[in-house]
Amino acid sequence: MLSDACDLPRFVERPPWRLSGVVVGAALNDPDTLEALGAAVDAAPYRGAPRAPVLYVKPRHTLARADAPLQLPADAPAVEVGATIALLVGRTLCRASPEEALDAVTGHALAVDLSLPLASFYRPAARAKALDGSCHIGAIGAPHRPDVFGWRVSIDGRTAQRAGSARYTRAPAQLLADVSGFMTLRAGDLVLLGVAQGAPLARAGQRVRIEAEGLAPIEFDVEAGA
Amino acid sequence: MTTGTPARSARTARVAWAGAIHEARPHPHGLQLADGRVLAEDAVVWLPPFEPGTVIALGLNYAEHAKELARELSKPVDAEPLVFFKTAGSLLGHRGQTWRPREAAFMHYECELAVIIGRAGRRIAAADAMQHVAGYTVANDYAVRDYLENWHRPNLRVKNRDGATVLGPWFVPAAEVPDPHALALRTWVNGVPTQQGHTADLVHRIPALIEYLSGFMTLAPGDVILTGTPEGVSDVRAGDEVVCEIEGIGRLVNTLVDDALFQPQTRE
Repeated sequence: MLSDACDLPRFVERPPWRLSGVVVGAALNDPDTLEALGAAVDAAPYRGAPRAPVLYVKPRHTLARADAPLQLPADAPAVEVGATIALLVGRTLCRASPEEALDAVTGHALAVDLSLPLASFYRPAARAKALDGSCHIGAIGAPHRPDVFGWRVSIDGRTAQRAGSARYTRAPAQLLADVSGFMTLRAGDLVLLGVAQGAPLARAGQRVRIEAEGLAPIEFDVEAGA
Repeated sequence: MTTGTPARSARTARVAWAGAIHEARPHPHGLQLADGRVLAEDAVVWLPPFEPGTVIALGLNYAEHAKELARELSKPVDAEPLVFFKTAGSLLGHRGQTWRPREAAFMHYECELAVIIGRAGRRIAAADAMQHVAGYTVANDYAVRDYLENWHRPNLRVKNRDGATVLGPWFVPAAEVPDPHALALRTWVNGVPTQQGHTADLVHRIPALIEYLSGFMTLAPGDVILTGTPEGVSDVRAGDEVVCEIEGIGRLVNTLVDDALFQPQTRE
């Protein structure tokens, strides 16, 4: 359950489900991310492309409403703005097939995974990926084909990235099925489908907006850390 | 009570019994519910002994364990703590069952001291950190090494499996643990001792971990830090009983079960 400290908007708490507070994201789910690594993928420390989905958890302290400012850590010049789509799971998925998994999706939202730029994907990098308030979740919209979203990230009003959900290494249905193979997904869990390669950087003092047709936007300020 | 339980311990458990979830305390005949009923240890279903918030786990936090794994690591251990998060579905109580996948060649237990946060905080100095600790319990944080890959290692398929992070039996208030860095940890598999360590050997000690974590994240009551496991991990099989004990904290029992129990869903 979400704690009182987490101020996700109330509209996500409508019956018959409400958010469980579990948010899991797929890393490296854009083929361009591995491509950008080139030959490094086969060298140490990685020694080959990932076989299972590479996942990370966004714990409760990271969850933020769509207009909540992000405070940069004092020693961080910028944060990567990883726009993505969040799928809301509507019923229990345990070792589900891709078809069952897709059928259990009950809503979609824009989400932004804010992360300090990573020099390496070898370790889970909690300090970079689990900053306070670093996971904005937009208003949840009705079910929709999850592979047909395009989104735009703008920083201070200028377009910084256009990307979409069509080019996943692991398509949404397969991702949910694979995850449910070892961790049961429950009603109210959110799964982030993966950020696109080339996530733009935002600095203190800048305003970030993410929008997609058919989904509620996210817009917030990046503030200098204390 | 042989593990140093004070005569009037304030330690608590959460158990399911006769249709409800209860708080329970130790009793000479097992445990006693808040409403007074006295029950045998094996009569109840044990749940994790507190309402878990964020589950924070440490890897490679005992030097000898890091050495034990050094052969298969493709990079030396960093000076910075290796931290990852778990979801609530991974948690399991005392005397529970954990699935041991038949296809895996190597699945091992990890006996760990779990530190439960009682007071929220951000940017907590190490000198103040222990004031934020509510208490302790024992954790057995299983890993399936077959599924290790070198991306966000160790990843969720290895460390966030359903019911493969066992917590309990008791929540032990910090006041009953004068020095959490002076506790022996031991694991037995089917009664045979396999793992032995001591919290004095933690690479990053509890105050340092709280300072490090609260430097980038707000810690909140119910958050739990699994402080890592010492050397001596070995493969376990379905049917094995694994007992993890930490001196003065508790003795946590778990049984591994086979694929055969987990049948496909039947649909009408």
